[in-house]
Amino acid sequence: MKEFGPGCQRPKGQPKPAAETAVVQEVQKGEERKMIQVGKPAPLFSAPAFYQGKFVEVDLEEFKGNWMMLCFYPGDFTFV
Amino acid sequence: MDSVYTHKMWNDHELSKMLDGKDVPFPMLSDQNGNIGRLYGVYDEESGTETRGRFLIDPDGIVQAFEVMTPPVGRNVAETLRQIKAFQLVRESKGTAVTPAGWKPGKTTLKPGPELVGNVWKEWNPAKDLDD
Repeated sequence: MKEFGPGCQRPKGQPKPAAETAVVQEVQKGEERKMIQVGKPAPLFSAPAFYQGKFVEVDLEEFKGNWMMLCFYPGDFTFV
Repeated sequence: MDSVYTHKMWNDHELSKMLDGKDVPFPMLSDQNGNIGRLYGVYDEESGTETRGRFLIDPDGIVQAFEVMTPPVGRNVAETLRQIKAFQLVRESKGTAVTPAGWKPGKTTLKPGPELVGNVWKEWNPAKDLDD
């Protein structure tokens, strides 16, 4: 994780291209929906983050070799 | 969804108060345009928020498990840790051991193979192996 500089510039969170990931395209009623599959590589990405008092850029690949838990939630200050 | 600035405020003004003044021990990522949520299938276009999604990724970068919930119900960290320990056991055994329903560390594991077919009842008993 590298710290990013002061000011209002910050790294853009972005998906990274990969040969094959767990994302499958599912077309239902003309809508496009994507869901992940277990047993397939996790989609790679990088994103800005707050970590121990610093603003850093995180790349999922930095954590390879470790068990990772990735959590999504609706928003900061939500209650549960 | 929130910016890193909001993450800092949440850490400083609320979460650290649940942690005896310590910072949140893991990186709080920002996915402001929802692109990472879309990639993992947890972004809700209607509300512009992310559902409660939790993904376990092994040391090779393979997704081993996920759980997705609507916002009002919180997750269970103990269950997540139980799953990680089970996946670690299976990985260390190189697939020679599997963990039956409700497995916890110290409980019976099973050795998959032709001899086990139809004989799980001899090795695993809900009354004995599902209790706390």
